[in-house]
This record gives sequence, C-alpha cells and structure tokens, in this order.
Amino acid sequence: MAETKVHEAHVTGHETSTGLPSTKLAMWLFLASDCLFFGALISTYVLYRGTSKVGPYPADVFDIPYTSVSSFVLLASSLTMVLALSAFQRGDMPRGRLWLVATAMLGLTFVGGQAYEFTAFFREGLSLQTNLFGSSFFVLTGFHGAHVAIGILMLLSLVSFSYTGKLGEDPSFPVELVGLYWHFVDIVWIVIFTVVYLIPTPSPA
Amino acid sequence: MVKTEEREGRGADRQRHTGHPSPREYVRIAIILAVVTGMEVGVYYMDAARDYLVPLLFLFSIVKFSLVVMWFMHLKFDSRTYSRLFVMGLAFAVTLYLIVLLTFRVFVG
Repeated sequence: MAETKVHEAHVTGHETSTGLPSTKLAMWLFLASDCLFFGALISTYVLYRGTSKVGPYPADVFDIPYTSVSSFVLLASSLTMVLALSAFQRGDMPRGRLWLVATAMLGLTFVGGQAYEFTAFFREGLSLQTNLFGSSFFVLTGFHGAHVAIGILMLLSLVSFSYTGKLGEDPSFPVELVGLYWHFVDIVWIVIFTVVYLIPTPSPA
Repeated sequence: MVKTEEREGRGADRQRHTGHPSPREYVRIAIILAVVTGMEVGVYYMDAARDYLVPLLFLFSIVKFSLVVMWFMHLKFDSRTYSRLFVMGLAFAVTLYLIVLLTFRVFVG
C-alpha cells in the first residue's frame, strides 16, 4: 500500500503531504459530493412516488425491456473504459484510444436512447409540468444524462490530447481520473434503474 | 521502436506496481455484472418473486454497485484514503436522505 502511494505521487510529477496525487484525491472528493447531489434527486423521486393526482403514471410509460438494454449499454461502456485504462497502463496508446472511442460511442448510444425515451414519454403526455412523477423523473434522469454527456466530452478530449501529447508524462493517469468519473455515472445508473424503473410504484393517490 | 518498447516496459511495470486487475479479470467482472442485471430484470417479471421483489432488487443493486466500485474504480487495490473519502460521502448522503424520507413517513403504509 505504501509502495502504491509513493509510486502514485511519483507519476504525477510532484510530492504531496499524503503521498497521493492531489488531483485523484480531488476527483474522489468530487464524487463523494456528487453522492449528495444525486441522493437529493433520488430522494425527491422516492418522496413523490405515487402522489401524482393525474397521469400518465410510471406503469403507463415505462418500457422495461428498452431501459434494460440501455443499462447493458452503460455497463458495457464501463468495461471498455477499464480496458482503455489497462491499455494505457501497458503503454499501448493505439488500443487505448480505440477503447476510449468505443466508450464514448456506447455513452452516445445511451444518451441517444434516453433522448428517444424522453420523446416517447412526451408524446404520451408526460412533461416536466404534467405531474410530480414527470417533474422528479425528468430532473433526475436528465441530470444523469447531462453527466454522461459531460463524460463523453471528457473521453473525446482524452483521445484528442493523446494525439497532441498533452496527456503528460504518464498518459494513463488522466485516463484513470476520467475513468473514475465514468464509473461513478454508471453506479448512479445502477441505483436509478432499480429505484425508478424496477421497484413498482404504489397505486395513484 | 526503442521508444515504444521503453514506454511499453514502463506501462507494464506501472500495471504490476498499481496492482490493478488484468483485462481478463475486468471481462470476468463485466460478465458477472451482466448476469446480475439479467437476474434483476428476470425477477421483475417473476410473479413468484413478487413478495421479495424489493429486497431482491436492492440486493442485486448493492452487488453491482460494490463490484464496480471495488474493481472498476480500483478501491480494492488503491490507497484506503480514497475509500474513506468516498464511503464518508456516500454514508453521509444515505444517512441524511434516509432521515428526510423517514421524517416524511415515506416507508409507512
């Protein structure tokens, strides 16, 4: 463990009082704070479950097989992300870039699927203003989608920087940081998929 | 060529040094995650599991969450300081929002 600390501080090019890279600590701190952010949105959704006075209700609009496929896509993107990191750690930049692009494409597929889902719900009469379900659902999943979109931009930036040599002395380090963010987005979806989609909503009030 | 070899050597050394899993292990974890997700969806459609649906779904969710955090985010292999930071934020969030939901009697009736 101590050996890892010394090595980690070394790869970032400067010594720190913790022996750990400050940027990685900051990323973990940010992710810890993001738990509070998504916790607030998920709690709001749970608080308003089954309290909508008018439809459409969750059972009227949710398409579980479709959302399950989206979940598989996001899980697959987590695999391609770690494979990208592994390739960068081996010094295999071309393969690393390929996995990064694959991760971004899977992320785009997920966001595209979400956009399609939102459009389908809107056509069925559900919007932000329709009822409490619509408000809490769109805000929660919309913010998650925005996180995925930001992640895609970060992934594509990594690919671009890898060509211009702006990834620093150890290119795998920024890939690891972006990877942490990407996996966090994945674990948030794991919770959303269960709490929002799979747990049945009580009968309308 | 020499430069590439040197870089690959350093990369392999770094992977050994950080103790991160190999690609094969990552694929194995991904397969487990896919199977658990399949089980989640399967349980959702099973009438026989209706009474235990919520606890089962939470169990599957916790398993998936832990696998991603421990293996893909490397908390199992990295410094414990990262784990402490993340668990602190997560525990604070869970406690805070559980109190909020209990205050509004979400779990009653």
